[in-house]
Amino acid sequence: MNKTPPAMARAFAHLSDEAVVALIARSDEQALAELYDRFGRVAYGLALRILRDDALAEDAVQEAFLTAWRRADTFMPERAKASTWLLTLVHRRAVDLVRRENRRRAEPIETAGDRPGDGPADDLVWLRYERERVQAALRQLPDQQREALELAYYGGFTQSELAERLGQPIGTIKSRMFSGLGRLRDLLAEPEPGERTWEPRPSTT
Amino acid sequence: MGTQALHDLTAAYALDALDPEERREYEAHLARCDRCRDELASLSEASTSLAYAVDAAAPPPQLRERILAAARAERPNVVPLRPRWALPAAATAVVAVAAAIALAVWATSLSGRLDRERAQASDEERVAAILASPDAHPYGVPSGGLLAVTPSGEAALVLTRLAPARHGMTYEAWVAENGRPRPAGTFDAGRDVTAIPLDVPVPRGATVLVTQEKDGGTQVPQHTPFITVKTA
Repeated sequence: MNKTPPAMARAFAHLSDEAVVALIARSDEQALAELYDRFGRVAYGLALRILRDDALAEDAVQEAFLTAWRRADTFMPERAKASTWLLTLVHRRAVDLVRRENRRRAEPIETAGDRPGDGPADDLVWLRYERERVQAALRQLPDQQREALELAYYGGFTQSELAERLGQPIGTIKSRMFSGLGRLRDLLAEPEPGERTWEPRPSTT
Repeated sequence: MGTQALHDLTAAYALDALDPEERREYEAHLARCDRCRDELASLSEASTSLAYAVDAAAPPPQLRERILAAARAERPNVVPLRPRWALPAAATAVVAVAAAIALAVWATSLSGRLDRERAQASDEERVAAILASPDAHPYGVPSGGLLAVTPSGEAALVLTRLAPARHGMTYEAWVAENGRPRPAGTFDAGRDVTAIPLDVPVPRGATVLVTQEKDGGTQVPQHTPFITVKTA
Protein backbone atom coordinates (compact mmCIF):
# COMPACT_ATOMS: atom_id res chain seq x y z
CA MET A 1 0.00 0.00 0.00
CA ASN A 2 0.93 3.63 -0.25
CA LYS A 3 3.20 3.24 -3.22
CA THR A 4 5.43 6.24 -3.49
CA PRO A 5 5.06 8.14 -6.74
CA PRO A 6 8.39 8.00 -8.56
CA ALA A 7 8.81 11.76 -8.59
CA MET A 8 8.34 11.89 -4.83
CA ALA A 9 10.70 9.01 -4.22
CA ARG A 10 13.39 10.69 -6.24
CA ALA A 11 12.87 13.97 -4.44
CA PHE A 12 13.13 12.29 -1.04
CA ALA A 13 16.34 10.70 -2.10
CA HIS A 14 17.96 14.11 -2.33
CA LEU A 15 16.64 15.62 0.87
CA SER A 16 19.10 16.10 3.69
CA ASP A 17 18.78 13.70 6.62
CA GLU A 18 17.66 16.63 8.73
CA ALA A 19 14.87 17.50 6.30
CA VAL A 20 13.75 13.86 6.31
CA VAL A 21 13.51 13.92 10.10
CA ALA A 22 11.54 17.17 9.89
CA LEU A 23 9.03 15.36 7.67
CA ILE A 24 8.92 12.43 10.09
CA ALA A 25 7.98 14.89 12.82
CA ARG A 26 4.90 15.57 10.69
CA SER A 27 3.97 11.91 10.68
CA ASP A 28 5.15 11.34 7.13
CA GLU A 29 5.49 7.59 6.76
CA GLN A 30 7.36 7.81 3.50
CA ALA A 31 9.97 9.91 5.22
CA LEU A 32 10.35 7.22 7.87
CA ALA A 33 10.82 4.69 5.08
CA GLU A 34 13.44 6.96 3.53
CA LEU A 35 15.33 7.24 6.83
CA TYR A 36 15.25 3.48 7.13
CA ASP A 37 16.52 3.03 3.59
CA ARG A 38 19.43 5.32 4.37
CA PHE A 39 20.45 3.98 7.76
CA GLY A 40 18.83 0.57 8.13
CA ARG A 41 22.01 -1.22 7.09
CA VAL A 42 24.32 0.75 9.37
CA ALA A 43 21.83 0.44 12.21
CA TYR A 44 21.40 -3.28 11.79
CA GLY A 45 25.14 -3.87 11.36
CA LEU A 46 25.79 -1.96 14.58
CA ALA A 47 23.05 -3.72 16.53
CA LEU A 48 24.25 -7.10 15.28
CA ARG A 49 27.83 -6.30 16.25
CA ILE A 50 26.73 -5.46 19.78
CA LEU A 51 24.06 -8.12 20.28
CA ARG A 52 25.38 -10.93 18.06
CA ASP A 53 21.89 -12.24 17.61
CA ASP A 54 19.65 -11.62 14.61
CA ALA A 55 16.36 -11.44 16.47
CA LEU A 56 17.68 -9.13 19.20
CA ALA A 57 19.35 -6.91 16.60
CA GLU A 58 16.05 -6.60 14.74
CA ASP A 59 14.30 -5.66 17.98
CA ALA A 60 16.86 -3.00 18.74
CA VAL A 61 16.60 -1.48 15.26
CA GLN A 62 12.82 -1.56 15.28
CA GLU A 63 12.58 0.08 18.68
CA ALA A 64 15.11 2.73 17.74
CA PHE A 65 13.22 3.67 14.56
CA LEU A 66 9.94 3.79 16.44
CA THR A 67 11.54 6.04 19.02
CA ALA A 68 12.67 8.25 16.14
CA TRP A 69 9.10 8.24 14.84
CA ARG A 70 7.70 9.32 18.21
CA ARG A 71 10.36 11.84 19.07
CA ALA A 72 11.26 13.37 15.74
CA ASP A 73 9.72 16.64 16.90
CA THR A 74 12.32 16.89 19.66
CA PHE A 75 15.24 16.52 17.28
CA MET A 76 17.30 19.73 17.17
CA PRO A 77 19.26 20.05 13.95
CA GLU A 78 21.45 22.75 15.48
CA ARG A 79 22.70 20.34 18.13
CA ALA A 80 23.35 17.15 16.18
CA LYS A 81 23.31 15.63 12.75
CA ALA A 82 20.22 13.51 12.14
CA SER A 83 22.42 10.48 11.53
CA THR A 84 24.13 10.95 14.91
CA TRP A 85 20.76 11.31 16.61
CA LEU A 86 19.36 8.15 15.01
CA LEU A 87 22.44 5.98 15.51
CA THR A 88 22.64 7.11 19.13
CA LEU A 89 19.10 5.78 19.59
CA VAL A 90 20.10 2.48 17.97
CA HIS A 91 23.24 2.20 20.08
CA ARG A 92 21.48 3.04 23.32
CA ARG A 93 18.80 0.45 22.63
CA ALA A 94 21.31 -2.24 21.67
CA VAL A 95 23.46 -1.60 24.71
CA ASP A 96 20.45 -1.70 27.04
CA LEU A 97 19.40 -5.00 25.48
CA VAL A 98 22.83 -6.57 25.63
CA ARG A 99 23.16 -5.67 29.28
CA ARG A 100 19.77 -7.07 30.05
CA GLU A 101 20.46 -10.27 28.14
CA ASN A 102 23.93 -10.40 29.61
CA ARG A 103 25.32 -11.32 26.22
CA ARG A 104 28.41 -9.22 26.41
CA ARG A 105 31.67 -10.61 25.22
CA ALA A 106 35.02 -9.04 24.84
CA GLU A 107 36.50 -10.79 21.91
CA PRO A 108 38.99 -8.88 19.87
CA ILE A 109 37.27 -6.52 17.51
CA GLU A 110 37.80 -7.10 13.84
CA THR A 111 36.78 -3.66 12.85
CA ALA A 112 40.16 -2.01 13.03
CA GLY A 113 40.57 -2.74 9.37
CA ASP A 114 43.10 -5.53 9.09
CA ARG A 115 41.40 -6.19 5.80
CA PRO A 116 40.56 -2.87 4.22
CA GLY A 117 38.04 -2.87 1.40
CA ASP A 118 36.80 -6.28 2.43
CA GLY A 119 33.21 -5.22 3.07
CA PRO A 120 30.19 -6.70 1.37
CA ALA A 121 30.38 -5.98 -2.32
CA ASP A 122 26.91 -4.47 -2.49
CA ASP A 123 27.66 -1.81 0.10
CA LEU A 124 26.67 1.70 -0.78
CA VAL A 125 29.73 3.63 -1.82
CA TRP A 126 29.38 6.22 0.91
CA LEU A 127 29.12 3.50 3.56
CA ARG A 128 32.29 1.87 2.35
CA TYR A 129 33.97 5.23 2.27
CA GLU A 130 32.89 6.04 5.82
CA ARG A 131 33.95 2.63 7.07
CA GLU A 132 37.42 2.93 5.64
CA ARG A 133 37.80 6.46 6.93
CA VAL A 134 36.80 5.56 10.50
CA GLN A 135 38.83 2.35 10.50
CA ALA A 136 41.89 4.26 9.36
CA ALA A 137 41.39 6.77 12.17
CA LEU A 138 40.93 3.98 14.74
CA ARG A 139 44.20 2.38 13.68
CA GLN A 140 46.00 5.58 14.58
CA LEU A 141 44.83 5.58 18.19
CA PRO A 142 47.11 4.27 20.92
CA ASP A 143 46.15 0.64 21.66
CA GLN A 144 44.82 1.31 25.15
CA GLN A 145 42.56 4.10 23.99
CA ARG A 146 41.24 2.05 21.09
CA GLU A 147 40.60 -0.85 23.42
CA ALA A 148 38.61 1.30 25.82
CA LEU A 149 36.47 2.76 23.01
CA GLU A 150 35.81 -0.59 21.39
CA LEU A 151 34.95 -2.43 24.59
CA ALA A 152 32.59 0.34 25.63
CA TYR A 153 30.95 1.05 22.29
CA TYR A 154 30.77 -2.43 20.77
CA GLY A 155 30.99 -4.46 23.95
CA GLY A 156 28.42 -2.53 25.94
CA PHE A 157 30.58 -2.45 29.06
CA THR A 158 30.15 0.34 31.58
CA GLN A 159 33.17 2.29 32.72
CA SER A 160 33.12 0.51 36.09
CA GLU A 161 33.01 -2.90 34.43
CA LEU A 162 35.88 -1.89 32.19
CA ALA A 163 37.95 -0.76 35.14
CA GLU A 164 37.45 -4.11 36.77
CA ARG A 165 38.02 -6.12 33.61
CA LEU A 166 41.20 -4.28 32.69
CA GLY A 167 42.44 -4.02 36.27
CA GLN A 168 42.77 -0.25 36.09
CA PRO A 169 41.50 2.57 38.30
CA ILE A 170 38.29 4.05 36.98
CA GLY A 171 40.00 7.40 36.46
CA THR A 172 42.37 5.74 34.00
CA ILE A 173 39.45 4.29 32.05
CA LYS A 174 37.69 7.64 31.95
CA SER A 175 40.77 9.35 30.69
CA ARG A 176 41.39 6.71 28.01
CA MET A 177 37.83 7.13 26.77
CA PHE A 178 38.06 10.88 26.79
CA SER A 179 41.44 11.06 25.06
CA GLY A 180 40.48 8.34 22.60
CA LEU A 181 37.21 9.98 21.56
CA GLY A 182 38.79 13.41 21.36
CA ARG A 183 41.61 12.08 19.23
CA LEU A 184 39.19 10.18 17.01
CA ARG A 185 37.17 13.35 16.50
CA ASP A 186 40.29 15.28 15.51
CA LEU A 187 41.49 12.55 13.16
CA LEU A 188 38.12 12.43 11.43
CA ALA A 189 38.15 16.19 11.01
CA GLU A 190 41.47 16.11 9.12
CA PRO A 191 41.51 16.09 5.36
CA GLU A 192 41.46 12.55 4.10
CA PRO A 193 44.57 10.90 2.74
CA GLY A 194 42.78 10.46 -0.58
CA GLU A 195 42.55 14.20 -0.89
CA ARG A 196 46.15 14.78 0.02
CA THR A 197 47.40 12.47 -2.70
CA TRP A 198 45.91 14.86 -5.22
CA GLU A 199 48.48 17.47 -4.27
CA PRO A 200 51.32 17.69 -6.74
CA ARG A 201 54.48 16.09 -5.47
CA PRO A 202 57.96 17.32 -6.20
CA SER A 203 59.68 15.22 -8.81
CA THR A 204 62.29 12.85 -7.45
CA THR A 205 64.20 12.45 -10.68
CA MET B 1 28.84 13.37 42.68
CA GLY B 2 30.81 16.62 42.41
CA THR B 3 30.53 18.90 39.41
CA GLN B 4 33.99 18.11 38.08
CA ALA B 5 33.27 14.40 38.40
CA LEU B 6 30.12 14.95 36.34
CA HIS B 7 31.99 16.91 33.65
CA ASP B 8 34.35 13.95 33.43
CA LEU B 9 31.53 11.60 32.49
CA THR B 10 30.93 13.19 29.10
CA ALA B 11 33.00 10.74 27.08
CA ALA B 12 31.57 7.73 28.89
CA TYR B 13 28.06 9.07 28.34
CA ALA B 14 28.75 9.57 24.63
CA LEU B 15 29.83 5.92 24.49
CA ASP B 16 26.81 4.75 26.53
CA ALA B 17 29.26 3.44 29.13
CA LEU B 18 27.43 4.63 32.22
CA ASP B 19 25.23 2.52 34.43
CA PRO B 20 21.61 3.71 34.79
CA GLU B 21 22.20 5.73 37.91
CA GLU B 22 25.27 7.51 36.57
CA ARG B 23 23.35 8.17 33.35
CA ARG B 24 20.51 9.84 35.23
CA GLU B 25 22.87 11.98 37.26
CA TYR B 26 24.75 13.02 34.16
CA GLU B 27 21.58 13.90 32.25
CA ALA B 28 20.39 16.05 35.13
CA HIS B 29 23.76 17.79 35.08
CA LEU B 30 23.63 18.18 31.31
CA ALA B 31 20.44 20.21 31.52
CA ARG B 32 22.34 22.86 33.47
CA CYS B 33 25.80 22.75 31.92
CA ASP B 34 26.42 24.46 28.57
CA ARG B 35 30.02 23.34 28.54
CA CYS B 36 29.04 19.67 28.76
CA ARG B 37 26.33 20.05 26.12
CA ASP B 38 28.84 21.48 23.67
CA GLU B 39 31.44 18.87 24.48
CA LEU B 40 28.89 16.10 24.28
CA ALA B 41 27.76 17.26 20.83
CA SER B 42 31.25 16.90 19.42
CA LEU B 43 32.09 13.68 21.29
CA SER B 44 28.80 12.06 20.28
CA GLU B 45 29.62 12.61 16.68
CA ALA B 46 32.98 10.90 17.17
CA SER B 47 31.38 8.10 19.13
CA THR B 48 28.71 7.55 16.49
CA SER B 49 31.35 7.37 13.79
CA LEU B 50 32.27 4.01 15.36
CA ALA B 51 28.96 2.70 14.03
CA TYR B 52 30.31 3.10 10.51
CA ALA B 53 33.46 1.10 11.25
CA VAL B 54 31.36 -2.05 11.55
CA ASP B 55 30.49 -3.93 8.39
CA ALA B 56 27.00 -2.83 7.53
CA ALA B 57 24.64 -5.80 7.32
CA ALA B 58 21.49 -6.18 5.30
CA PRO B 59 18.58 -6.48 7.70
CA PRO B 60 15.92 -9.08 6.89
CA PRO B 61 13.61 -7.61 4.24
CA GLN B 62 10.51 -7.90 6.40
CA LEU B 63 11.95 -5.60 9.08
CA ARG B 64 11.26 -2.51 6.97
CA GLU B 65 7.56 -3.26 6.60
CA ARG B 66 7.28 -4.27 10.25
CA ILE B 67 8.65 -0.92 11.37
CA LEU B 68 6.40 1.01 9.00
CA ALA B 69 3.35 -0.98 10.07
CA ALA B 70 4.10 -0.38 13.74
CA ALA B 71 4.59 3.33 13.07
CA ARG B 72 1.31 3.49 11.18
CA ALA B 73 -0.47 1.72 14.03
CA GLU B 74 0.79 4.30 16.49
CA ARG B 75 -0.58 7.24 14.54
CA PRO B 76 -3.55 5.84 12.68
CA ASN B 77 -5.49 8.95 11.75
CA VAL B 78 -3.20 11.86 11.89
CA VAL B 79 -4.82 14.98 10.56
CA PRO B 80 -2.19 17.64 10.04
CA LEU B 81 -3.12 20.73 12.01
CA ARG B 82 -1.87 22.92 9.22
CA PRO B 83 -1.05 22.45 5.58
CA ARG B 84 2.10 20.40 5.20
CA TRP B 85 4.79 22.12 3.29
CA ALA B 86 4.61 19.47 0.64
CA LEU B 87 1.26 20.87 -0.49
CA PRO B 88 -0.46 18.65 -3.02
CA ALA B 89 -0.55 21.23 -5.81
CA ALA B 90 3.04 22.23 -5.42
CA ALA B 91 4.23 19.01 -3.87
CA THR B 92 6.65 17.80 -6.47
CA ALA B 93 8.06 21.20 -7.20
CA VAL B 94 8.45 22.06 -3.55
CA VAL B 95 10.10 18.82 -2.58
CA ALA B 96 12.38 19.11 -5.58
CA VAL B 97 13.24 22.60 -4.45
CA ALA B 98 14.09 21.52 -0.94
CA ALA B 99 15.97 18.64 -2.48
CA ALA B 100 18.15 20.86 -4.61
CA ILE B 101 19.14 22.93 -1.61
CA ALA B 102 19.52 20.01 0.72
CA LEU B 103 21.83 18.23 -1.67
CA ALA B 104 24.65 20.61 -0.89
CA VAL B 105 24.16 20.17 2.85
CA TRP B 106 23.90 16.40 2.50
CA ALA B 107 27.11 16.26 0.47
CA THR B 108 28.90 18.35 3.04
CA SER B 109 27.72 16.27 5.94
CA LEU B 110 28.87 13.14 4.13
CA SER B 111 32.41 14.36 4.17
CA GLY B 112 32.02 14.98 7.88
CA ARG B 113 33.37 18.46 7.71
CA LEU B 114 30.31 20.58 8.05
CA ASP B 115 31.52 23.39 10.23
CA ARG B 116 28.60 23.85 12.54
CA GLU B 117 30.23 26.58 14.52
CA ARG B 118 30.61 28.84 11.52
CA ALA B 119 28.93 32.09 12.41
CA GLN B 120 28.18 33.07 8.84
CA ALA B 121 26.15 30.26 7.42
CA SER B 122 25.66 30.58 3.69
CA ASP B 123 22.29 31.61 2.35
CA GLU B 124 21.67 28.10 1.13
CA GLU B 125 22.33 26.68 4.56
CA ARG B 126 20.05 29.24 6.17
CA VAL B 127 17.31 28.31 3.73
CA ALA B 128 17.89 24.60 4.31
CA ALA B 129 17.76 25.10 8.08
CA ILE B 130 14.48 26.99 7.85
CA LEU B 131 12.97 24.36 5.54
CA ALA B 132 14.16 21.60 7.84
CA SER B 133 12.73 23.27 10.92
CA PRO B 134 9.74 21.26 12.15
CA ASP B 135 8.10 24.49 13.32
CA ALA B 136 8.30 26.34 10.03
CA HIS B 137 4.91 27.25 8.61
CA PRO B 138 4.58 26.89 4.83
CA TYR B 139 2.65 29.16 2.50
CA GLY B 140 2.25 28.27 -1.13
CA VAL B 141 3.33 30.75 -3.78
CA PRO B 142 0.68 30.55 -6.50
CA SER B 143 3.16 31.00 -9.36
CA GLY B 144 5.29 28.13 -8.01
CA GLY B 145 7.28 27.72 -4.80
CA LEU B 146 6.76 28.44 -1.15
CA LEU B 147 7.41 30.78 1.70
CA ALA B 148 8.46 29.09 4.95
CA VAL B 149 8.28 31.07 8.18
CA THR B 150 9.49 29.90 11.58
CA PRO B 151 7.71 30.97 14.77
CA SER B 152 10.49 33.50 15.39
CA GLY B 153 9.80 35.06 11.99
CA GLU B 154 12.85 33.75 10.14
CA ALA B 155 11.72 33.19 6.61
CA ALA B 156 12.89 31.58 3.40
CA LEU B 157 11.42 32.20 -0.01
CA VAL B 158 11.78 29.45 -2.58
CA LEU B 159 10.58 30.15 -6.11
CA THR B 160 10.44 27.89 -9.11
CA ARG B 161 10.21 29.00 -12.71
CA LEU B 162 11.47 32.51 -12.08
CA ALA B 163 12.69 34.12 -15.30
CA PRO B 164 15.82 36.27 -15.14
CA ALA B 165 15.08 39.89 -14.27
CA ARG B 166 14.94 42.36 -17.15
CA HIS B 167 18.17 44.03 -18.19
CA GLY B 168 19.30 46.54 -15.59
CA MET B 169 16.77 45.25 -13.10
CA THR B 170 16.87 42.99 -10.06
CA TYR B 171 14.29 41.21 -7.94
CA GLU B 172 13.57 42.61 -4.53
CA ALA B 173 11.64 41.00 -1.68
CA TRP B 174 9.57 43.04 0.78
CA VAL B 175 7.92 42.34 4.09
CA ALA B 176 4.84 44.50 4.49
CA GLU B 177 3.09 45.06 7.79
CA ASN B 178 0.23 47.55 8.16
CA GLY B 179 0.74 48.55 4.54
CA ARG B 180 4.40 49.54 4.99
CA PRO B 181 6.81 47.41 2.99
CA ARG B 182 10.36 46.99 4.31
CA PRO B 183 13.12 45.88 1.95
CA ALA B 184 14.03 42.21 2.64
CA GLY B 185 16.83 41.69 0.15
CA THR B 186 17.57 41.73 -3.56
CA PHE B 187 18.26 38.61 -5.55
CA ASP B 188 18.62 37.20 -9.02
CA ALA B 189 16.84 34.24 -10.51
CA GLY B 190 18.57 30.90 -9.93
CA ARG B 191 18.91 28.41 -12.73
CA ASP B 192 16.05 26.07 -11.76
CA VAL B 193 15.20 27.24 -8.32
CA THR B 194 15.63 30.53 -6.53
CA ALA B 195 16.01 30.17 -2.77
CA ILE B 196 16.72 33.09 -0.50
CA PRO B 197 16.50 33.79 3.21
CA LEU B 198 14.69 37.07 3.88
CA ASP B 199 16.78 39.79 5.52
CA VAL B 200 14.03 40.90 7.90
CA PRO B 201 11.72 38.82 10.07
CA VAL B 202 8.18 38.10 8.94
CA PRO B 203 5.73 38.79 11.77
CA ARG B 204 2.39 36.99 11.86
CA GLY B 205 -0.09 38.51 9.48
CA ALA B 206 2.57 40.26 7.41
CA THR B 207 2.65 40.03 3.63
CA VAL B 208 5.71 39.06 1.62
CA LEU B 209 5.98 40.73 -1.77
CA VAL B 210 8.39 40.50 -4.67
CA THR B 211 8.90 43.24 -7.24
CA GLN B 212 11.37 44.02 -9.98
CA GLU B 213 13.41 47.10 -9.23
CA LYS B 214 16.36 48.93 -10.69
CA ASP B 215 19.71 47.20 -10.18
CA GLY B 216 20.85 47.61 -6.59
CA GLY B 217 17.31 47.69 -5.26
CA THR B 218 15.41 50.51 -3.59
CA GLN B 219 14.12 51.43 -0.15
CA VAL B 220 10.53 51.86 -1.35
CA PRO B 221 8.98 49.67 -4.04
CA GLN B 222 8.59 51.48 -7.37
CA HIS B 223 6.88 48.64 -9.20
CA THR B 224 3.83 46.48 -8.80
CA PRO B 225 4.47 43.23 -6.91
CA PHE B 226 4.09 40.12 -9.04
CA ILE B 227 4.22 37.84 -6.00
CA THR B 228 2.11 38.46 -2.91
CA VAL B 229 1.96 35.97 -0.05
CA LYS B 230 -0.11 36.80 3.00
CA THR B 231 0.85 35.01 6.21
CA ALA B 232 -1.60 34.05 8.92
